[in-house]
Amino acid sequence: MTVELFVFVVAGAACLAGAVGVVASTNPVHAALSLVGTLFGIAVLFVAQEANFLAAVQVIVYAGAIVVLFLFVLMLLGVDRSDDLEIEPLVGQRVAAAVVSLGILALTFGAIASTGYEATGVVSGFDEDVPDINRLGESLFTDYLFAFEITSLLLVIAVVGAVLLSRRGRRADEIVDPGQEERSEEIAERMVDADHRAHPERYVGNGHDEADDTEDAEDAEAEEVGR
Amino acid sequence: MIAALEVTPAWYLVLGSLLFSIGAFGLLVRRNPLVMFMCIELMLNAVTLTFVTFSRMLEDTGGQSVVVFVLVVAAAEVVVGLAIIVALLRKRPDATADDVALLEG
Repeated sequence: MTVELFVFVVAGAACLAGAVGVVASTNPVHAALSLVGTLFGIAVLFVAQEANFLAAVQVIVYAGAIVVLFLFVLMLLGVDRSDDLEIEPLVGQRVAAAVVSLGILALTFGAIASTGYEATGVVSGFDEDVPDINRLGESLFTDYLFAFEITSLLLVIAVVGAVLLSRRGRRADEIVDPGQEERSEEIAERMVDADHRAHPERYVGNGHDEADDTEDAEDAEAEEVGR
Repeated sequence: MIAALEVTPAWYLVLGSLLFSIGAFGLLVRRNPLVMFMCIELMLNAVTLTFVTFSRMLEDTGGQSVVVFVLVVAAAEVVVGLAIIVALLRKRPDATADDVALLEG
């Protein structure tokens, strides 16, 4: 077994297992972790195809930033409850989805097979001695310079959009917490009780304390009303 | 017999095709917006794998440059998409993809 075959089989199996894990796991956190498996497998396949810089970027950007962002949202919002995959909310949705994805698979397989498993087109033939990062840098800053500059604009727009979308609007202060009044009353009562326990001498000094006073007054009133 | 097998670039293309189909299936089946997003990431990764493979087959660095752009676009897309999902899940923690209309207005 050659090294490349071994690497391909192991990394490919990791990719496919991770992909199935993303689709089939009930818990979103497990899905995110399966996604990491796929991303690492792809990074290994990049190395096997002499795209070392892209492999590094893949691990740093995807596994290091994007998946962490996913997990951040999951944990921050506490939405990591499990989905029930038994339920099929739309009748026939799964069958239709299977048909569509198998159709995509057949289409791409057909496209690959129709060319006799060879790439059609002009083989440019790059210099094998130059490292891939040098070649990539040259390509980015000559042929794709305009697109490269435009991506900076895209990133700025994405940052502004994310801030705008996740900011709480002005209407946030109008949101009413239904149990707030009861809870603050309860807390106030508990504070008074704690004060009683902490400084009993303040309340025993006059024979009876304020609270008793008001209770007595209320009792007297009730008696008067009763008469 | 196994030793005689050689990994041709077409194998990578087939793997990319499989990953893309699995991602598409997940995107169509799952209802949790976060998991749907992860399936989109799967599909994007399948495409980047294909680009790198073609870059090797045609000995052209252009394919790898496109992968860099795909990475940037994926990062931007995830940031904006997750912001939308945060805004949605803040309104209702059990929201599914059907509840995006909650964000209206």
